[in-house]
Amino acid sequence: MSVLLIAEHNNKEVRPFTYNAITAASQINEDLHVLVLGHQADEVAKSLSEVPNVKKVIHVDNEIYENYIAENYTAAIIKHAENYSHIVSSANTFGKNLMPRIAALLDTSQVSDIIKVISEDTFLRPIYAGNAFATVKSNDKKKCVTIRPTSFDPADKSGGSAEITKSDPAEASSSTKFLKKEEVKSDRPELGTARIVISGGRGMQNGENFKLISDIADKLNAAIGASRAAVDAGYITNDHQVGQTGKVVVPDLYIAVGISGAIQHLAGMKESKVIVAINKDGEAPIFSVADYGLEADLFEALPQFLSELNKLNTIQK
Amino acid sequence: MKILVAVKRVIDYNVQIRVKEDGSGVVTDNVKMSTNPPDDNAIEEAVKIKEAGKAKEIVAITIGEEKAQETVRKALAVGADRGIHVKVDNVIEPLAVSKILKKIVEKENPDLVFMGKQAIDDDCNQTGQMLAALLNWPQATFASKIEVKDNALEVTREIDEGLETIEVNVPAIVTCDLRLNEPRYASLPNIMKAKKKPIEQINASDLGVDINPRIEQIKVEEPPKRKAGIKVASVEELVQKLKNEAKVI
Repeated sequence: MSVLLIAEHNNKEVRPFTYNAITAASQINEDLHVLVLGHQADEVAKSLSEVPNVKKVIHVDNEIYENYIAENYTAAIIKHAENYSHIVSSANTFGKNLMPRIAALLDTSQVSDIIKVISEDTFLRPIYAGNAFATVKSNDKKKCVTIRPTSFDPADKSGGSAEITKSDPAEASSSTKFLKKEEVKSDRPELGTARIVISGGRGMQNGENFKLISDIADKLNAAIGASRAAVDAGYITNDHQVGQTGKVVVPDLYIAVGISGAIQHLAGMKESKVIVAINKDGEAPIFSVADYGLEADLFEALPQFLSELNKLNTIQK
Repeated sequence: MKILVAVKRVIDYNVQIRVKEDGSGVVTDNVKMSTNPPDDNAIEEAVKIKEAGKAKEIVAITIGEEKAQETVRKALAVGADRGIHVKVDNVIEPLAVSKILKKIVEKENPDLVFMGKQAIDDDCNQTGQMLAALLNWPQATFASKIEVKDNALEVTREIDEGLETIEVNVPAIVTCDLRLNEPRYASLPNIMKAKKKPIEQINASDLGVDINPRIEQIKVEEPPKRKAGIKVASVEELVQKLKNEAKVI
């Protein structure tokens, strides 16, 4: 049977992790259909129909799908569930909020946050903040799976021409109301998909000092991350948090500044290709995962780092 | 209002996890256990709501082996009024947990159910949403702020893009994020008092729900190790290495 992927989008554009989830979903079964629930999201449906891995797009257009109300989404997805062996989405806050609600109604034990598709029913997933990998086999008839997007490459976006079919909305929930969304707008690359991430921790001492980090981020075209301690202390907003309970990032280069390296932080970044740690405490656990460690006071090291970067003739973007 | 708070006993967040050599799981013998961190936030929030005069009773519930009771006892010490311990012998999946919680909700009739957004052992992030689905209640996940209104909650949620605020009618399920509040420590007199608070014990098998596993754990292994790195002596050396050796800038 086929796989149904729930698309994440903002009614205008497909959110990038949807493409990573498409790659994983088509490894489960090539007959991949994508469900777009949205309001005036025709462009989203069209973009997804052009993804070569997608065989069919089901588009449901209604104002009740303008925002991600899990109750409304779930009712619509359940209507289509009987035609599919697997229902999948990204394991970000979108899919984490949504998928268990679907799974429970289908009486299915969900497999969360997979990092590898071994077969149609067997998956690899990290447990204990990524300190162990579990191979699990789902024995449910219908499987609900969320996918760790950074563990799969994004699918090609063009060349396909899948059929788009329209479908009717389900009933709306009267007990949940969307009030507002405070989205942090930034010209920088998105944290989840950036090639370079530079993160600050408690060692930054305050929010103003994050300017030392943002100056370097501008130079390297990097996204800015933070440890839970820095977010808890109010130095920076929650959408920057990297870790077990924040975002998982796998950039080519991760620079950890003033971050001690608690288990919960390492869970979010230790799969990065190259890790740099800058910390004045030479015993800090972050050095155990760093390819390049610099034991130094960050308030001296960061300005020097910027001036060394300025000396380079070229910087990869 | 009456608030039911679900708490889970997990390996303490500071413990370095060791995988068993036979691949059957992780080592739990003689390992420090504590309450799942965001479950502490869930208890704290319930206590704050009660202190503000907006809740009458807080019931703490855990599901697990005999020792799981410790987490309920801790919740009682920080302000829960009474406890429930549903005994199971094996690790059960979030779907089974939510089925057990549904039975308890039907018996206790709480207006709100709070719990942490995710357990730091299996990292599933499922139970609250599943319980909400089974009860057909609204869900407010990853809460970083809760405002109690008349028969509704205004909840600010931490999402990837920033923050989202929704309103859910009571009864509702809330899963708590770490920034919701600062969990308090239990004082010694309150720990003593908590010993006298009642904990009702229930056998999961008496609840008539199917808690058999649906997912087979085939093996548990250590993640691939990173190869050891080096220390550099200066910023200049660091930049040269990144440029010429790692070739990432």
